[in-house]
Amino acid sequence: MSVGLLIISHSAKIAEGVCELAAQMAADVVLVPAGGTDDGGIGTSFEKVQSGIEKADTGDGVLILTDLGSAVMTAESALEFLEDAQRNRVRMQPDVPLVEGAIAAAVAAQTGVTLEAVVQGAQSAQTGAPAGGTQGEAASAEPAIAPSGSAEQPAEPSESAIALSPEPAGGAGGVESASGDVELINPMGLHARPAAVTAQELTGMDADITINGVDAKSVMLLMTLGLKQGQTLHVAATGPDARKAVDFVTGQAADGFGEL
Amino acid sequence: MADTLNAAWAEAWLRNSAAVVAEHRKELIDLDRAIGDADHGENLDRGFSAVVQKLDESNPETPGACFKLAAMTLMSKVGGAAGPLFGTAYLRAGTTVGESTELDSPLLAQALAAARDGIVARGKAEVGDKTMIDAWTPAVDAATEAAEAGAGPADVLEAAAVAAQQGAESTDPLVARKGRASYLAERSAGHRDPGAASSALLLRAAADAAAAAGNGAGEAGASGA
Ligand SMILES: Nc1ncnc2c1ncn2[C@@H]1O[C@H](COP(=O)(O)OP(=O)(O)OP(=O)(O)O)[C@@H](O)[C@H]1O
Ligand SMILES: [Mg+2]
Repeated sequence: MSVGLLIISHSAKIAEGVCELAAQMAADVVLVPAGGTDDGGIGTSFEKVQSGIEKADTGDGVLILTDLGSAVMTAESALEFLEDAQRNRVRMQPDVPLVEGAIAAAVAAQTGVTLEAVVQGAQSAQTGAPAGGTQGEAASAEPAIAPSGSAEQPAEPSESAIALSPEPAGGAGGVESASGDVELINPMGLHARPAAVTAQELTGMDADITINGVDAKSVMLLMTLGLKQGQTLHVAATGPDARKAVDFVTGQAADGFGEL
Repeated sequence: MADTLNAAWAEAWLRNSAAVVAEHRKELIDLDRAIGDADHGENLDRGFSAVVQKLDESNPETPGACFKLAAMTLMSKVGGAAGPLFGTAYLRAGTTVGESTELDSPLLAQALAAARDGIVARGKAEVGDKTMIDAWTPAVDAATEAAEAGAGPADVLEAAAVAAQQGAESTDPLVARKGRASYLAERSAGHRDPGAASSALLLRAAADAAAAAGNGAGEAGASGA
């Protein structure tokens, strides 16, 4: 099994919508919405939260993500009533943007990693947010999208889309670095699934890697690039696994992320 | 005057609370409309009506049992921030009084302090943040002082109720730093915090129930809904 997610919102539609969105990228993860009051109004329901924890608890742990104010307090109250053993496998991450956090956490959970790793996944949704940013600020935190340049120009149709440019490691015993360009050939470009596959695989590698300037280990940031078919990925990495990381991305992209 | 309060008082307090919340429903809604989402009166009315229904169905035999019944019911029925906040308050008060059947002044003051501490634990607000804590903290201070001075429980609660009302009024000029009203920043000044206003009503209900019990009006008088 994998870690389950409980999404608490004041609105039933928001909670359900967030689960729906996350499910697209994490088909096997238990995603439980707890939105609105018992009688279907706007607010939070202690009972929906309590039963939601039960549903989301696969035994591998539950991560709770919340929207505003009382959602956090309702969840904390519900946690007080759990048995210690169960409470120990439930975490709450109140300060991440709900949509981004849920998707990032679900993608992490899909790989079957531990609760701690799923929590880190959720926290990664804040990458690029100003330090100490509030909910409002985090929502407006834009990743540094590489401005114009070749990423926007449709690359010339070419048989071999890969143009690897191995960079020499900087000096003797220096940091390994590598980079490469590759054209996106799959019709839907770098959409949710390939972004998830890429980020997931890279997370396990010991390298800092960017695609068009954004952290390639973050699904959210990759998706916000909105890269389409025909555009070019500039992949750059530093660290022991730099070469492997760049090869993985360029290889996947050249292969159309298995979507051709 | 009686020097202890019992389950009949606790039940009368909760029933009085339901009555005053129903009576001031619109006022609380209007306060919450100014700096929130206009649901505080509705939330509390729903919660306390459910408490009364639970009291009708069961017969809690100690003050602690009354508080726990209120805690669970408010947590599950209120639906806004006041649910977990007041729910936790009653829960901690219930834990503090334990199985005691009679509450004397010191224990009563301790229970109020525990209730306030529960609200702080849940909502992390401090005095001056323009929340219900601005009513609760002066109330707890006044109750503790009265209990230490040897006042009877009815007087302890009277002191708490007066201080809570003043505390609620003190929120008028404040800028909210917690809860929904904090989104309004400076624009929250010039309005009373709805949770502080309702807290003052609840503590007034506690004092009135104690005064009625002390006057020998008994359960019927104290429950005067
Ligand atoms: N963090 C907090 N600490 C203490 N009191 C708080 C806190 N947040 C809100 N409150 C109190 O709760 C009152 C509002 O209660 P209400 O039931 O209307 O909840 P709400 O703000 O509508 O809830 P929600 O967060 O679900 O929107 C405020 O007036 C304030 O006194
Ligand atoms: Mg409200």
